[in-house]
Amino acid sequence: MSVTEATAARPGRPLTAFRRRFEGRRAGQVACLLLALLLLVVVFGPLVAPYGASEIVGIPYSGPSGSHWLGTDYLGHDVLSRVLDGGRSVVAYALLAMATAYGVGGVAGLVAGLRGGLVDATLMRLMDVILAFPPILLLLVLASGVGGSTAILVAGVALVNVPGIARVVRAATAEVATRSYVEAAVARGAGTVPILRHDVLPNIAATVAADAGTRFAISILLAASMNFLGVGIEPPSPDWAVMMTENRSGLTLQPWALLAPALLLATLTVTVSVVADVLTREEER
Amino acid sequence: MSADAAALEIAGLVVRAPGGAAIVEQVELTVRGAEIVALVGESGSGKTTCGLAALGFARDGARIDGGSVRVAGRELLGLGERELRGVRGRHVSYVPQNPGSALNPAMRVGDHLRELLRAHGRAGDDAVVQAALERVHLPGERAFRRRWPHQLSGGQQQRLAIALALACEPAVAVMDEPTTGLDVVTQARILDEVRRLRDASGLGVLYISHDLAAVASIADRIAVMYAGRVVEQGPAAELLARPCHPYTRGLLASLPDHREPRRLRGIGGAVAALDARPAGCAFAPRCPLASDACRAQAPPLTSPAADRAVRCFHAAQTPPPAFEPLPQRAAADGAALLAVRDLRVSFGGGDVVAADDVGFALARGECLALVGESGSGKTTIARCVAGLQRPDGGEIALAGEPLAGFARGRTREQRRRLQIVFQNPYQSLNPRETAIEAVARPLRELGRDHAAGGRAASLRAAEQMLERVQLPRRLAHSRPAALSGGELQRVAIARALVVEPELLLCDEITSALDVSVQAAVLELLGGLRDELGLTLLFITHDLGVVAAIADRVLVLQRGSVVETGPVGQVVRAPAQPYTQELVAAAPSLSR
Amino acid sequence: MAGVKRQSLGGLVARRVGIAVVLLWIVSLLVFAATQVLPGDTASAILGKTATPDSLAQLRAQLGLDRPLLQQYTDWLGGLLHGDLGRSLAAGLPVGDLIGDRVGATLTLAAVTLVLLVPLALLLGVLTGTRRDGKLDQVVSWITLAGVAVPEFVTGTLLALLLATWLGWLPAVSLIPPGESPLAHPQYMVLPVLTLLVAGLASTVRLVRVGVAQAAAADYTEMARLSGIPERRVVRRWVLPNALAAGVQVIALTAQWLVGGIVIVETVFQYPGIGQTLVQSVQSQDIPVVQAVALLIAAIYVLLNLLADIALVLLVPRLRSAR
Repeated sequence: MSVTEATAARPGRPLTAFRRRFEGRRAGQVACLLLALLLLVVVFGPLVAPYGASEIVGIPYSGPSGSHWLGTDYLGHDVLSRVLDGGRSVVAYALLAMATAYGVGGVAGLVAGLRGGLVDATLMRLMDVILAFPPILLLLVLASGVGGSTAILVAGVALVNVPGIARVVRAATAEVATRSYVEAAVARGAGTVPILRHDVLPNIAATVAADAGTRFAISILLAASMNFLGVGIEPPSPDWAVMMTENRSGLTLQPWALLAPALLLATLTVTVSVVADVLTREEER
Repeated sequence: MSADAAALEIAGLVVRAPGGAAIVEQVELTVRGAEIVALVGESGSGKTTCGLAALGFARDGARIDGGSVRVAGRELLGLGERELRGVRGRHVSYVPQNPGSALNPAMRVGDHLRELLRAHGRAGDDAVVQAALERVHLPGERAFRRRWPHQLSGGQQQRLAIALALACEPAVAVMDEPTTGLDVVTQARILDEVRRLRDASGLGVLYISHDLAAVASIADRIAVMYAGRVVEQGPAAELLARPCHPYTRGLLASLPDHREPRRLRGIGGAVAALDARPAGCAFAPRCPLASDACRAQAPPLTSPAADRAVRCFHAAQTPPPAFEPLPQRAAADGAALLAVRDLRVSFGGGDVVAADDVGFALARGECLALVGESGSGKTTIARCVAGLQRPDGGEIALAGEPLAGFARGRTREQRRRLQIVFQNPYQSLNPRETAIEAVARPLRELGRDHAAGGRAASLRAAEQMLERVQLPRRLAHSRPAALSGGELQRVAIARALVVEPELLLCDEITSALDVSVQAAVLELLGGLRDELGLTLLFITHDLGVVAAIADRVLVLQRGSVVETGPVGQVVRAPAQPYTQELVAAAPSLSR
Repeated sequence: MAGVKRQSLGGLVARRVGIAVVLLWIVSLLVFAATQVLPGDTASAILGKTATPDSLAQLRAQLGLDRPLLQQYTDWLGGLLHGDLGRSLAAGLPVGDLIGDRVGATLTLAAVTLVLLVPLALLLGVLTGTRRDGKLDQVVSWITLAGVAVPEFVTGTLLALLLATWLGWLPAVSLIPPGESPLAHPQYMVLPVLTLLVAGLASTVRLVRVGVAQAAAADYTEMARLSGIPERRVVRRWVLPNALAAGVQVIALTAQWLVGGIVIVETVFQYPGIGQTLVQSVQSQDIPVVQAVALLIAAIYVLLNLLADIALVLLVPRLRSAR
C-alpha cells in the first residue's frame, strides 16, 4: 500500500481509527487490555510494593510464604517487591533508545529521501554497514570498551534501530517527494521547510508511526538481552532481565524468583508485539 | 454439444461483491464463432467481472449469484472445480490485461505452453509448442522457447499470452484490455493479430476495452456497459452510426478522433460508486433525457431494430450523434512567450538521452502539443520548462528572459507566470489538504495582490476559481480522497490558474481519466483558454486529444524532434515515416 | 528507463564477494575502534583501582598499547591474517588455544539447529502460506508472533523450569567436559537446541509464509488457475518457485538471528561455546579475545549472507539475467 493511500484510508481522529483497528480482533483486544494492566504495574508497582527493592528481608532463596508471596531471591530480597519495581528500567531504557533512534534515523531518512543522489547513497551505505553487524554482537562489542553501562545500553539499542528507521523514513519521504503536489510546490519555488511541514511530514507520519510498535518490542527485547548478559544495568538495581541472571543458580531451589520476572517480561514483549501487529497489519481484502 | 450453439452465451448474469451489492446485473451477451464482440465501458462498469464470469470465475470474494454462462452449449455455472478446470483454458480462455504480471516469472516461455497443453491432456512436445508460438508470429525456435518472460518486450509478452489462450483451440477467448499499456503501433499490430486469428480459426472473441475507437476497427458487434449492466448492443457499424442509448451517444461525442477533429462534449457528473448506485436507470443522474420513469425503475431490455438491444425508455428519442466542428481560432501571431533552444537532458551519466537539442517556440495565445510515445522525452522537456529538472544544456526563455534551471533560481514573477498541471490526478493534491486550501496556497506563495488581504482574501479567490473550474460547491471543503478523478483534475487546474499565469503546462492531464471525463476536462480547458487568453504547452501521447485542442504539434521520438507543424497538416499529411506510422496506428472511428 | 548493463554470472558473484570482503574489512575497523577508542583502557581494567601510574605505563608498554593506534590496528590485522588471534589478558593463553574447542562446540550447536530448523521452517511456511486463514495458519501465526516477541533467554529459562526443574527430564545446564564433542552428550544439547528452534522458527516461518502467500495471490497464479492447471501443479510450478527467494532469505535471516541467539543461549545454559566466551570476555574486558571472537562471528555471518545472496542469484531467473 502506498503512503498516501494508507493515510487517506484512515479517516477521522486517531483514537477512532485506533479503536476501529481492534474491532473484531479478540486477541488484539486481550493484548491491549493486558498491556495496559502491565503498564500500570510498571508505573505504579513500586508504590504498592510491600518491601523496598534493595531491602534484605529474609534468608536467600526461601520459597513463597505469607509474608513473601513470591519468596526471596539470591540475596534475600523480596521477589514480589523487586518484580514490581523491575519493569520501569525495561520500559524506560527501551523508550529512551527509541526516542534517540527516531531522532537520528528520522533526520537521516528525511535528508536522504529529499536530497537523493550522493547524499542519499552515502547515508544509506552507512546504514548498510551498521546492518552488517548482528545486533547482539554490535552491542557486545560496544560494551566491551567500557564493560557495560546504561549509557552504552541506550546508545547501542538506539544504534541498532537507526538503519531501519532511516530506511522507512527515507522510502516514505522519497515516495511523497515524487508526488505531484510536492513537485507543484517545488515548481512554485516553495521553501524546504514549508514543504516539509505541509506536504511531507503529515503524509509520512502514518507510515513512520506504523512500525514504531514493532521497534519498541525489538528495543525491549534487545535491552533486556543486554541486561541479562550483564553488560547493561549494574546488578543490585531491580530489573526483570537482571533478576533472571542473578537468580539463575536458584533454578531448582526457588523457581519463583525466575518465573515471575520471566512471565512478566514475556507478557510485556508479546502484548506489545500483538498490538503492534494489529496496528500495522494490512486490511485483508 | 449442439453444432449451432453460440461460442459463448451469457444470460441473466448477476455477480455480487462480498457486501451483497451487485457488481453486474442481468447481463445478456452472446459471442458466436468467428465473431469479435467488444465489451466497452468506462472504469467501474463491471466489464472485467463479466469477462471473468465467462470462465465461471469471480475475483476477491465476489460470487456469481445467478444467470447462466454457456460455452459451446455447455453450462458452466454449477460445475465443480474439477469440471471447471477442464473447461478453463480448453474451451474458454482468458487473455489478461497486464501480461507482464500474468506470466510466471520463474517459468520459461516454452514451459508455459507445455504446462497448459499437458494440463488438458494434449501432447506438449517441441513441435506443438513451436507451432503455437509461430501462430501468433512469435519466433518458435529453441532459443526463444527457453527465454524467461522478463526477457520479452511488452508486445511479445502479450502475443505469448494470446498464444496460451489459443493453444488448446477454445471456442471463445476473453481478452481483457489486451493492448492497454502498449504503445499505439504495437497496439495496432496486436489488433491485426486478433482479427486474423478470428478469420483463420473461427475463434469467438469477447474483447473487453475502455476504448471505443480501438475496438471500432475490429469488432463485429459492440456491447456497451454502464454501472454493471449492458445498456446497449448491436452490430458495430450500426451501433456507432445510430446509438440508441444516451450513454452510447455521450461516449461517441466524448471520443477524440484525429481523423475527424471535432468539438468534444463530455458527459457531466461521474459514475456512482458500487454501493451508491441509484434505483432505476443507473445513468439517469447524468442523462439529458432522464424522466421520472427512468428514476423509478430500471428500463427493461428492448429491441428497437433487428439484432439490436437497448435498456432505455427513451431509445426512440435519442438523437443521432451530431458532431460539431472545432471552434475556429485566429492564428496566434504574437511574440514568442516561451522559447526553448538546443535543450539537452540525459540520465544515468549520459546512457539515456531524454532530450537531444530540442528547440521550439510558443507564441502568446497558442496551444502547442508535444506528442510522443513513452520514452520520447516529452515529460522530461515539460519538467525542464517547469524548473523541476535542470537541463544539461540549452536555454529556456519566458517572454525573452532566460529562466534558471531550477524553479528556486527563478524570480517570483517568473514562477507565477508559468504553472503546471500534472498527469496523475490521484497524486496531484496533498491528501491532507482540502480542495480550497490547495487552491489558496499558491496565492499566498505567489499571488500578486492577495498577500495583502491575508487568508480570508485568498480563500475567497480560491472559491471563485473553484467555481470557474465547475467544481460542485459542496466539494470545496473536501479532501482529495472524497473526489473523483475528474474533480481532482479540476482542482489541480484551479490551483494552477489561481495565480493568473500566462503559460500553462499540461502533462498528460487526461491520460488517467475515462473518456467522458476527459472530454469534459478538455472542454473546460478550452473555455478557460479563450476566456483568460492562456498559452498552453500540452503534453500527450494521444493524437485524438491533440487534434481536439492544439494549434501546432511537435512530434518527438527518443528525445529528438521528428516533425513539427500545424495540427491539421501533421495529422492529415505527415511528412516523416515515424509520424506516418503513428497516425496510421492511432485508433479512430473513421477507418 | 535507465539502461542496466548486462552482467555475467561470474561478474555478479565476483561483485558480491568483493562487497563481502570490503564489509569484513569495515567490520574489523569497527571492532578495533569500539574496543580501543572508547574510554576504559585495557591496562586499567587489568590492574583495577590499585593501579599506580608507573605500573600502568609498564603494562601498557608490555601489551603494546603505547604504540600509535594505526600501528596497533595494522599489527593486529596482520596477525589475524597470519592466523595469530592474539593473547588473552585474563588467561594468558593464545586466543586460538582458548577458543579452539569452543568453536567446534558452537558450530555443532549451530549445525544441529539449522538442520532441524530450515526444513521445518519451509514446511510450516508453505503449509500456512498455501492455506491462508485456515485453522493451522491462525494457530501458527499467533505462536510465531509470540516466538518472535519473547527474548531467547526468557524462552530458555521457561523451558529449563519446565523440562529440568519440574519434569526433571533434562539437565538444566550443559556442562560438557572440556575436550569432548557435544554430540557425545546429546542430553546437554536438547535444551539449547529447543530454545533456538522455538525462537528461530517463529521469524523464519513468518517470512516463508509471506513469500508463499504473495506468490499464491499473484496475477500469474490466478492466470494459471484460469487456464485450468490442476491445483497441485499450480502450487508446484507457479507458487513454490516464486516463493524460492523467500526461502533463500530465510537462510540469511536465520544466520543473522542465530549469531545473536547462540550467544544468549550459550550463556543461559552455560554451554561451552564461543558465545559464552565472548560474553565473559566482554564482562572482564579481555579485549584481544573480544576482538578475535567478534571478528570470527562477523566473518561467519558475512559469509552466510554471501552464500544466501549467491544462491538467490542462481535460483531466481530475473536476477540471473537482468535486462
